[in-house]
Amino acid sequence: MAKRDLKRTRREAAEWLVERGNQIAGIIAIVFVLLIFVFLLDNALPVLKGYPLSELLGGRRWSPTFEPPKFGMLPLILGSLYVTAGALVLSVPLGLACAVFIAEVAPKQAREILKPAVELLAAIPSVVFGFLGMLLIGPWLAGKLSLPVGQFAALGSLILAFMALPTIVSVSEDAIRAVPVALRQSSLALGATRWQTICRVVLPAGRSGIIAAVMLGLGRAIGETMTVLMVTGNAAVIPQGFMGFLRPVRTMTATIAAEMGETAFRGEHYHALFAVGLILLIITFITNTIADVVVRRAGRLK
Amino acid sequence: MSEDATRPWAQDERDEAPKGEVIARPPGEIRMEARELDMYYGDFQALQKVDIAIPGQQITALIGPSGCGKSSFLRSLNRMNDTIEGTRIEGLVQLDGEDIYAKGVDVVELRKRVGMVFQTPNPFPMSIYDNIAYGPRLHGVTDRERLDETVERSLRQAALWDEVKDKLRQSAVGISGGQQQRLCIARVLAVEPEVLLMDEPCSSLDPTATFRIEELMLELMDEYTIVIVTHNMYQASRVSQYTGFFMLGELLEYGPTTRIFENPLDSRTDDYVRGRFG
Amino acid sequence: MGMRHRISPRVLEKVAFGGLWVAAGVVVVPVFGVIAYMLVKGFGALRLDMFAVSTEGLLPAIVGSSALVLLTGLIAAPLGVAAAVYLTEYAHEGRLVRLIRLAIVNLAGVPSVVYGLFGLALFVMLLGFGRCLLAGACTLALLVLPLVISTSEEALRQVPHHLRQASWALGATRWQTIRRIVLPNAFPGIITGLILSIGRAAGETAPILFTAAFYSLTHPFPRSVFDEILVLPYQLFVMATEAPDVTLEEKWATAFVLVALVVGLNIAAIVLRARLRKARRW
Repeated sequence: MAKRDLKRTRREAAEWLVERGNQIAGIIAIVFVLLIFVFLLDNALPVLKGYPLSELLGGRRWSPTFEPPKFGMLPLILGSLYVTAGALVLSVPLGLACAVFIAEVAPKQAREILKPAVELLAAIPSVVFGFLGMLLIGPWLAGKLSLPVGQFAALGSLILAFMALPTIVSVSEDAIRAVPVALRQSSLALGATRWQTICRVVLPAGRSGIIAAVMLGLGRAIGETMTVLMVTGNAAVIPQGFMGFLRPVRTMTATIAAEMGETAFRGEHYHALFAVGLILLIITFITNTIADVVVRRAGRLK
Repeated sequence: MSEDATRPWAQDERDEAPKGEVIARPPGEIRMEARELDMYYGDFQALQKVDIAIPGQQITALIGPSGCGKSSFLRSLNRMNDTIEGTRIEGLVQLDGEDIYAKGVDVVELRKRVGMVFQTPNPFPMSIYDNIAYGPRLHGVTDRERLDETVERSLRQAALWDEVKDKLRQSAVGISGGQQQRLCIARVLAVEPEVLLMDEPCSSLDPTATFRIEELMLELMDEYTIVIVTHNMYQASRVSQYTGFFMLGELLEYGPTTRIFENPLDSRTDDYVRGRFG
Repeated sequence: MGMRHRISPRVLEKVAFGGLWVAAGVVVVPVFGVIAYMLVKGFGALRLDMFAVSTEGLLPAIVGSSALVLLTGLIAAPLGVAAAVYLTEYAHEGRLVRLIRLAIVNLAGVPSVVYGLFGLALFVMLLGFGRCLLAGACTLALLVLPLVISTSEEALRQVPHHLRQASWALGATRWQTIRRIVLPNAFPGIITGLILSIGRAAGETAPILFTAAFYSLTHPFPRSVFDEILVLPYQLFVMATEAPDVTLEEKWATAFVLVALVVGLNIAAIVLRARLRKARRW
């Protein structure tokens, strides 16, 4: 009888251990999210404490190597904003159109060409996009637009639009497919054309998923590094007006990538770059949370 | 004085007999027993005050309309309800006089002693041999000869040996539905249980396969205590010695099969077995 | 009904659908066109001497990339699969599970350059690994962790529940059931997810900019995990932006090898997934 109990105790102890082990693996995800935030904050702190926030976020000069250094992030933030906004202006309509096409209109063969194209787009590394932009698309476009240099904001927007496309297409497609067939059928039965049904019934019904898609696409675009580093020109100037798209800019991501290699460890520049990273993290956290909340709220209403 | 809401079409107004006789207690050895068993899925009460005594070495059938709780009851006999989130038990369930829900009960041991066969055959995607050997291997048997013996014995007991002895290494998913179900029975027999719970074991099988399994049950009866849930009243009347009628989570009547089908004490049982509803 | 100044819905529909076709074309044509151009140009630029053993160039970059993604997979796989097992087989819907899922979603949204910063601060500096293979692999492992978890979860959920029930009913414990029934049957799906993850890792540059990548080495191949490595994406980046004495052909060749590697891994995963769907044994 005692022997049986020992076997059982051992078995139950092993079960408990295994469950704890797997649970810890899950908790590690939580731990690392917090750690990322903590480490970024910790490494940015010297600069955050040393300069008033208004000067950091609103300062118009980013000259980290000057004496005294200027850490005004406004050019970088606006640079990111310009490039991202431009990308979304191109990517959202295009992505939505593709999603509607795939879900509602396309015959099977067209779908079997478009879907792999989108997946291929998702798989291509960002360096390669940057490379192609620098070598092919940039010079060609600059020639067409009579620009002095083949690196400018709009080029970044154009390429980013394609990079964000897969995210927007797939999330929107899911949202459109989730709309119940019965809704479409009621509309058609009332005499509406398929297009009218799409515009007036399907898209509004899938509204929350589409908003989530845009938010995720935004997050993706704003977080993109290598491509913008290679094609937007790296001039930390404040973009002005519409022409700002045709001039070089510098995004937050490109700044970190370009300058970190040359900074002294633990110097002020180092901390300033971590501060930029922190701002970036906060922005993407916000866009992701909005996307998540929007989807969750829609799920609850159902 | 009967609840007419349940059978507005009824013509006779037979009163329900006092509970003591309606729920019979089989003579002889009682293997498993439930007393005042309540079961909840969250807030929904699936079983109400079930009292039942399962006799050893016999076949007990549980019948009743869909959703009446008979499968839930069956699963509470081997604590398979534990695997569903949100379930709760109140009351007593005993195996050979010991409370199976007591603190410190080894559920693994319990499920060895009380085995279960499911509605749809669910062989593992592995060879026939490995399917049968799964249970013994779980419990530590590694000796090749012992496993071979166990596999052969179990397949013979399940009346499947002759059909598969030459293809033990083939995938179990490739055999017919009826054979798969007998495989599942053999798989359970390999762990040498005392009680066999069968949850509508024939409902996905054709009549020939069903017949073979019913035959098998009658053979197994000598060694095992069998409890079978079934939708098919003819099956219940063919194979079982005792039958219990469930409705809306209550065990309305329990007694010798002949009585249940020929002159039940509760009018609702009568309505059901005559096919007036369900 | 009088004909007012109104486009008939049918005509509008035709125009709109035409627009959708155009949109599809705008995506398909450049993508396939540019990829085809790149493959042709890149393949044409390949020369055998590019694969010579040296401290710079294509071969050490291929070796370095391979070592990096393999180590990344080795780190991310046990963590990700264990987390997925916890979420599908053990967890009850409650606060902890929701927090874990929220954390995973957030990890997936962190920009890759921020991972680079984090890797720099934690692995390179605090833990003292220095810029090396290990630091890069740890950073990338974190980046791909959400992908590993979600693909593993999907693979685990594909295993039919009734197989678990059959196992439990025979007296198996949770872990025995996972080990003998669930994991072996989910294994191919999990592997597919891992291949996708290392394909993703192979193409990333920003996370390894400050944690691993160099442009030239002191010796051709890494001798330990604390050694420096060359990786294809970083090679391409430096070649395109800085190195003056690199020929155009070398740049195209590097781009080709990188794309071939990444797309190859993705295709392998897709083919594997399609084969598995056919071979489903239940």
